[in-house]
Amino acid sequence: MEQRDVVIIGGGPAGLAAAVKLKEKEINDILIIERERQLGGILRQCIHDGFGLTRFGETLSGPEYSQRFIDEVETLGIDFITNATVIDLTGDKIVTVATRDGLLQVQAKTVILAMGCRERTRGALAIPGTRPSGIYNAGVAQSYINLFNTMVGKEVIIMGSGDIGLIMARRLTLEGAHVKAVFEVLPYPSGLPRNIEQCLHDYDIPLYLSHSVIEIKGNERIEGVRVAEVGTDLKPIPGTEKDFSCDTLILSVGLIPENELSLAAGAVLDERTKGAFVDENFQTNVPGIFAAGNVLHVHDLVDFVSLEAEALAEGAAQYLKRGYLEACDIPVETDAKIGHVIPQRISGKKNFRMSMRVRKPTGKCRIEVRQGEHLIKSVPLPKALPAEMIQFEVEADQILPNGKIEVSVYEK
Amino acid sequence: MSAKIDVAIIGGGVVGSAVARELSRFRLNICVLEKELDVCNGVSGRNTGLLHSGILNKKNMLRTECCMEGNKEFEQVAQELDVPFRRCGKLIVGFGEEERGRLEKLYKQGMENGVPGIRMINAAEIKRLDPNVDGEFAIHVPSAGILCPFTYTIALAENAVQNGVKYCFDCEVTGISRNEQGDFSLETKQGKMTARWVINCAGLYAYKISEMLGFGKYQPSRVKGEYEILDKKAGKYLSLPVYPTPNEYGAFDIHVTPTIDGNVLVGPTIEHIGEGIDYAATQSMIEVLEKQGSKMFRYVKRDYYIRNYVGVFPTVEDPETHEEMDFRIETKESVPCAVNVVGINSPGLTSALPIARRVIAKIRQSEALTMNEKFNPVRRGMVKFSQKNEEEKRRLIAQNPDYGEIYCRCECVTKAEVKAAVHNILGVTTVSGIKYRTRATMGRCQGGYCETRLTQLIQQELGKKKEEILLNKPEAYMFTGEVK
Repeated sequence: MEQRDVVIIGGGPAGLAAAVKLKEKEINDILIIERERQLGGILRQCIHDGFGLTRFGETLSGPEYSQRFIDEVETLGIDFITNATVIDLTGDKIVTVATRDGLLQVQAKTVILAMGCRERTRGALAIPGTRPSGIYNAGVAQSYINLFNTMVGKEVIIMGSGDIGLIMARRLTLEGAHVKAVFEVLPYPSGLPRNIEQCLHDYDIPLYLSHSVIEIKGNERIEGVRVAEVGTDLKPIPGTEKDFSCDTLILSVGLIPENELSLAAGAVLDERTKGAFVDENFQTNVPGIFAAGNVLHVHDLVDFVSLEAEALAEGAAQYLKRGYLEACDIPVETDAKIGHVIPQRISGKKNFRMSMRVRKPTGKCRIEVRQGEHLIKSVPLPKALPAEMIQFEVEADQILPNGKIEVSVYEK
Repeated sequence: MSAKIDVAIIGGGVVGSAVARELSRFRLNICVLEKELDVCNGVSGRNTGLLHSGILNKKNMLRTECCMEGNKEFEQVAQELDVPFRRCGKLIVGFGEEERGRLEKLYKQGMENGVPGIRMINAAEIKRLDPNVDGEFAIHVPSAGILCPFTYTIALAENAVQNGVKYCFDCEVTGISRNEQGDFSLETKQGKMTARWVINCAGLYAYKISEMLGFGKYQPSRVKGEYEILDKKAGKYLSLPVYPTPNEYGAFDIHVTPTIDGNVLVGPTIEHIGEGIDYAATQSMIEVLEKQGSKMFRYVKRDYYIRNYVGVFPTVEDPETHEEMDFRIETKESVPCAVNVVGINSPGLTSALPIARRVIAKIRQSEALTMNEKFNPVRRGMVKFSQKNEEEKRRLIAQNPDYGEIYCRCECVTKAEVKAAVHNILGVTTVSGIKYRTRATMGRCQGGYCETRLTQLIQQELGKKKEEILLNKPEAYMFTGEVK
């Protein structure tokens, strides 16, 4: 069986950034496994710009952004295989890969999970109605249009205001479709403010907050949807139903980290993130298996995916050199106003970056990190939106050796 | 199409396809006329996928007789047609004295019918059979089983085609008359056809064909049932179908059924809809499924939902009693050379081949049939990469590198399988057709990953334009064309 120091599952922004950083740390025996025909992951279909402002200080398209990493991977001579799908991963870090050249098995010393996420579907939401053609997840529609030169429809309704849905509202409009409206069940948008501005407002596409598609109509191709206003319980308010005709329904209703392989390896998932529980080194509960990027928690910007994967490289490199990492026994917990936090466990002996999202839009506020009475850090924020990830450094010298860490939001 | 056919079978569901397969044992020119673009698009594809035992039906009914016969022979059928199937048994669970009384009645019916191996069991025995099932007591029905209705119907149809039967899709029959020779003249969406015999296996529409043929009017009194499909992650917690005790009218509330592929079906709900056909899922029933279903099986949770579907069951009223009619397989002196098959609802899937044999017996009452010496009852299904062991996987990829390319990652379906499905011998070219043959798009991402690959391959392999790719129906186009 082939042996590797590092196997990286997924050649998207997380996998590529981890590979480059590991190589810089003189870890040479790396294999990136990518199921598509090229490296780049989901960025290949993200032909709009706005990527790279944080990581590179300039705005790039998705393919340009990923190409910077691909070029580095190639320059550094990092091994990768494409058109290769990992079909099994064990807790002992044996990776089984289906390729056209055969079934490849690799014994890895460390595995980096960088599989990204998938879209929540109509079925998962159990939207009532019939099951005609013309219902697409936003990412699938994006793939058809940008990678397969295939137009999915003409009269479009978008359900959900996730970023990909907003981007697709603009993309479909530019390609001559009529995007009639975007309906968001929550009282605030799920996508970034800049996308609301640039993708909806600039094209006069109406966004209806607190509205949901409650029925899909049509027996062959979709013919329309019934929409209703929802109350604070997110349930439709009787009497507010309206019918909209359309030939296409685009769903942008959330992303789910893709962790089937993580589960196969025995990683324990966090119900809130749907990604693995990790420590400050991004190590899962399975020693030597690390996770970063959207497979760990859904990010708002790809720049943060790359930065997180780069941060992961330090721990992974140390694990390879020493064979173990410092025990991380201090749990990190949140109050009800914070959706989730990464990492969920720390050692207390090392500075680390904390990532989180608030559950509801909040005005001027501060985030406090505490161990009981002891205040570790207080971060003031002008505002906090669920669409935006909040990140900051936490210094080890402020952390007590014992006691769980709690993260809370206080509105001013 | 003007060629004269010996037997026209109207309807390519499981019954029509079973009739086609059984009739292909004889030297006949047979054609199946199906209004949809694939087999198994009506009742046959919208049910629970259960191999019924016969316990649920009254003695001396044709449906009981057919069901018992079909159940008993299914090992052989599954082997001949290469259809995955598992005789996993079934539990009908109950709580409290009232339910015990009803279950005992049902048990007695099962004993009278001669359902093999049934037993009343207690709570401890239930837990031994499946620790995730709750009940104070239950009837254990070991002869019940599970199968995929799509795979089974496709297998019957493919075996029929291998033995010379022709399938015409998008071929709704809109009128039936007789020509001067006394043969049937069929008006179809694909033009006029002439047939000596007509077999009505039209399922939900059998009542219409029955009237066209001259068998008289049957009043549909349909039941709509909604279902939820759960992720395989929930499937590993359920080893056999679990039903609640039937209500005082003998109807079953929501039950949970593992599928042969490892998912779980929750449902059906029961709603009487009269003459209508309505495949729309409703918010109220989705809530009922969640509420009732989670009482039966604690993993009925939104996190595990991957899809829902709706079945409409083709119950008809008995013209005399106005009760739900038994299966009816009839000939009529005033309608020579026709067999009318109506009222085939549950357990139609289990009963399909027994029904087919009874249809043929009716034909043979008025016509001698010559054996087809070349008939081969064996049909091989598609190679399923995901179900092979490592050694076999290696061998498959070495033989054909397309097995090394995973198209559908949720169900681990390879390009080789999708390609084989695109070139299926029934000539079905829809995206759903590929889905039912391979399970691609049936997983938790619902085609998010593989659908682009499937539609690309259909274009490449069959030379179709983007606008010509259909989901499942003539107007169910997937795309409006190229990006400008």
